Amino acid sequence: MNNNSKFSVEDLDLFYGDFQALKKINMEIQEKEITALIGPSGCGKSTFLKTLNRMNDLVEGVTIKGKISLDGKDIFKEMDAISLRTRVGMVFQQPNPFPMSIYDNVAYGPRIHGITKKSVLDEIVERSLRQAAIWDEVKDKLKKSALAISGGQQQRLCIARTLAIEPEVILMDEPTSALDPISTLKIEDLAVELKKDYTIIMVTHNMQQAARISDKTAFFLVGEVVEFDSTENIFNNPKDIRTEEYITGRFG
Amino acid sequence: MVMRKQFINQLKELSKNVIKMGSIIELSTNEMIEALEDYDVAKAQAIIDRDMEVNLLEEQIERECINIIAQQQPLASDLREVTSIMKIITDIERIADQCADISEYIIQLSKLPRTEKPVRLEAMIDTTKGMVIDVIDAFVEKDLAKCERVIETDDIVDKHFNKIKQELADMMRANSDMVEQGICYVMIVKYLERMADHSTNIAEWVKFIVTGVLTIG
Ligand SMILES: Nc1ncnc2c1ncn2[C@@H]1O[C@H](COP(=O)(O)OP(=O)(O)OP(=O)(O)O)[C@@H](O)[C@H]1O
Ligand SMILES: [Mg+2]
Repeated sequence: MNNNSKFSVEDLDLFYGDFQALKKINMEIQEKEITALIGPSGCGKSTFLKTLNRMNDLVEGVTIKGKISLDGKDIFKEMDAISLRTRVGMVFQQPNPFPMSIYDNVAYGPRIHGITKKSVLDEIVERSLRQAAIWDEVKDKLKKSALAISGGQQQRLCIARTLAIEPEVILMDEPTSALDPISTLKIEDLAVELKKDYTIIMVTHNMQQAARISDKTAFFLVGEVVEFDSTENIFNNPKDIRTEEYITGRFG
Repeated sequence: MVMRKQFINQLKELSKNVIKMGSIIELSTNEMIEALEDYDVAKAQAIIDRDMEVNLLEEQIERECINIIAQQQPLASDLREVTSIMKIITDIERIADQCADISEYIIQLSKLPRTEKPVRLEAMIDTTKGMVIDVIDAFVEKDLAKCERVIETDDIVDKHFNKIKQELADMMRANSDMVEQGICYVMIVKYLERMADHSTNIAEWVKFIVTGVLTIG
């Protein structure tokens, strides 16, 4: 295991019933870096991301082989799922705000962790919403339902909700796929800002986005990691012809 | 299944125009040699006039590159191809300029009393011309071996340049009435030496397109 590895993934296999969705994945994910996961639809990016905070444990018929360690500790054997998820937050492909107010969505995590003082919660809510580049749009309607804002706003709210619990790792599954270009750039700036303190793993279908903000990029293809290297190498001079064909759009 | 048809066509068109530009400098290099042979003013003038055509092509290719970057956001080998072409066309354009500059001196020489041409001039011209032709071929064929050959040949041109410069200095010292002609030849060989440098640059960019490794320095 590498010294700066946050996550260390060794020979990871994942099956949905008989179907093998991840095949012998080996990856060292560096601390305080942005790692981008790219690859065609259905290649296993979301599955891999969900495995990192054990969201797949809940899925019927899933078998996982191999080992994943977080700071050297086996996430399956030496940690429970709940404490893992407070350290590893997730932002999903589809915005999934809770059916409650904007304020309560963001305060939800901190409250679970026993924070009740209003001034502290107010502070966390404002900071998280600002970090997620949505504060100005919602500051006057914090008590309104989170379901009554636009999809793009909901996505940023979900990012704020994840930030509010101050995890160590943030998993993002296509966090900007529903956002307009300005909000997208705001989220990208945010990700770059956050990597000072957090480790970020982001699935994206936007090649330019991966090239812009990530340090490392992994190219997935039918459940395998074909190439995992510095983002510069992947986008300027990939080694594997399949990576080249995918990122240049020659892939049919 | 073929994807990104429009993009692939844009890249093909781009490459075609670079080759067109390349064939113009091949033509100019050839004609420059002929013009120098017997101080042919009409031929020299034709080369100077043709320079405009190269400038326009350069502008056009530059615009095409910018459009491709804006519309297609090329990556990997595509990105290397487009960005390298933007560099290559400046080198081609400089070579065309140098053909025109040499032609100006051919016209000047035509008006002066004849002198013996420097002994190694023909060899230097042939070597430089070979580099220009080879490097355009290297671009078309993406041929690394040809690139290496061009890069190595640059040393030979440099040696010719230094020897001819010395020969011209000796000649001018001995015949003070030949100084004007001597200066014309010094300028001509300097421009030839620069043409070889630009060919070398192009060879380095073609290498970068193929290997992804930057060695330009
Ligand atoms: N709960 C499940 N049960 C069975 N198969 C699943 C399940 N979830 C995903 N799969 C299958 O596993 C494979 C990987 O799916 P996954 O969602 O990880 O892909 P992805 O790379 O995230 O794709 P996309 O880019 O479309 O989001 C696909 O073939 C998918 O159909
Ligand atoms: Mg997915």
